[in-house]
Amino acid sequence: MSVIETLPRARKALRLPRPDGLIPWIVPLAIIAIWQLACVTGFVSARVLPAPSDVVLAGWKLVLSGELARNIWVSFWRASVGFLIGGGIGFAFGLANGLSQLSSKLTDTTLQMVRNIPHLALIPLVILWFGIDETAKLFLVALGVFFPIYLNTLHGIRTVDPQLIEMGRVYGMTDGELFRRVIFPGALPSIFVGLRFALGIMWLTLIVAETIAASSGLGYMAMQAREFMLIDVVVLSILIYALLGKLADSASRALERLTLSWHPAFQKH
Amino acid sequence: MQEALRILGSDAQLVELPEIVEQARHVRRSEENRSRSLPLTIRGLRKSFGDNEVLRGIDLHIPAGQFVAIVGKSGCGKSTLLRLIAGLETATSGTISFDEELDPADIRVMFQEPRLLPWARVLSNVEVGLGQERNSPDAQARAVHALEEVGLSEKRGEWPAVLSGGQKQRVALARALVSNPKVLAFDEPLGALDALTRIFMQQLLERVWRDQGFTAILVTHDVAEAVALADRVLVIEDGQIAQDVSVDIPRPRRRGSADLAALEGSILRQLLKSTDDPSNP
Ligand SMILES: Nc1ncnc2c1ncn2[C@@H]1O[C@H](COP(=O)(O)OP(=O)(O)OP(=O)(O)O)[C@@H](O)[C@H]1O
Ligand SMILES: [Mg+2]
Repeated sequence: MSVIETLPRARKALRLPRPDGLIPWIVPLAIIAIWQLACVTGFVSARVLPAPSDVVLAGWKLVLSGELARNIWVSFWRASVGFLIGGGIGFAFGLANGLSQLSSKLTDTTLQMVRNIPHLALIPLVILWFGIDETAKLFLVALGVFFPIYLNTLHGIRTVDPQLIEMGRVYGMTDGELFRRVIFPGALPSIFVGLRFALGIMWLTLIVAETIAASSGLGYMAMQAREFMLIDVVVLSILIYALLGKLADSASRALERLTLSWHPAFQKH
Repeated sequence: MQEALRILGSDAQLVELPEIVEQARHVRRSEENRSRSLPLTIRGLRKSFGDNEVLRGIDLHIPAGQFVAIVGKSGCGKSTLLRLIAGLETATSGTISFDEELDPADIRVMFQEPRLLPWARVLSNVEVGLGQERNSPDAQARAVHALEEVGLSEKRGEWPAVLSGGQKQRVALARALVSNPKVLAFDEPLGALDALTRIFMQQLLERVWRDQGFTAILVTHDVAEAVALADRVLVIEDGQIAQDVSVDIPRPRRRGSADLAALEGSILRQLLKSTDDPSNP
């Protein structure tokens, strides 16, 4: 009834648009606005950087022709298949070497040595081996993704609290149960760190590979556009790469929030 | 050199009526519970880690259902003895035998740390204690019952991370109790708790021991806790049992009573004397 009593309610109503949700968007929106202004006023030449509106227009044309969807799909396919292959093998090796002394002795040193070769340095060799067909790109992505997943899975499993493992044994867990209920959940935070790293490397590798050796995909689209001086399409490709990268990152974050809800870091309500 | 001290409650004649009733109930319960506890016999038990001989010949018999406390200086091998009893270490020589063939779920350990799985809800953590019976249809009901026993059934859906230290330890106790073990070994389970929570937990331990009747082996560095809870206090020195003291003070025991204080004092004096003794290695 009193003013004091109604105040908090009013404040709550004001908070509805969630200002903290909008704040991160202020800077990108401002940049686009300034960019547009700079282009329209002729401060920046259209041959250096096209206006955002031109980029959107170029994108719209490509959408209409179906070219954009096809290229995005090709890139997306390469990224995910390469990721699944490399990530799957890395995960398997991480599990094996984390759980078995023998396996670790057998392969870990070799893998640690191979790790020191930058995988992009293999591009000339890969082109010699596979030409510019799909295998070359899948191989490079898989190789790039392999190490972060392998290393972090291994690290996660090796650093699971030994007291919890002892507890599991005392309470009569079989090896399978021990893995499912103690080791794997304990390694999961570290596995996610590897996953996020791997996603970054996945896009980077794909961009380089498609730019150098491809006949389709986003990188190829950008290179084609450069030949014909279609700078708006070049900028568009770059932005789409950024968007896809952000999308992959958000997806892994969502997955992390879902599976690590027990973790104190994710218990903000 | 082992000597058994026998100290009778000097105010036994002052026991009030409700306490007699309580004692009678206790006797009856322990009769009922005999089948749910196991005696334990240790003969010539030795344990070395490399050149470090920690236990140098332990001989000990614990009757079924007894509450035994083990005290001693830090590093004297209390945890090692407990881990040997629980089967977490193998003895260098000597034997530990129970009266009958031991099912793994018959002996449970409660550690100083709660060791709860952070990624499992409180109830699932308690279900872990069921061992191989985890998948039986009444598993959940039994886990809920064990949580009720420690007064935490309303927390069954929480993550362990949101519980206080004392609550985590109570969940760990529920997990140890849920399989109705016949022997329950505690390794300083209350060491990390504040004084008030400790007293509350001590009463809880005593209550579940009396209700369930398991054989209890409690390692503690707190002599007052040992005499308040146990039927018998063992003092370990130089890898052997230096004192074996029966605590014949009737339950329920009043904390801070003269009897308890006297007994605590005599055990502490022994412990300190051996520390000061220069001939002692
Ligand atoms: N796994 C191990 N490897 C080597 N030495 C060990 C091991 N476990 C215990 N020890 C040694 O055995 C001795 C007794 O250790 P123990 O943990 O049993 O002591 P404690 O009586 O429980 O001490 P506290 O009261 O501090 O817990 C110590 O000297 C310790 O260093
Ligand atoms: Mg100890």
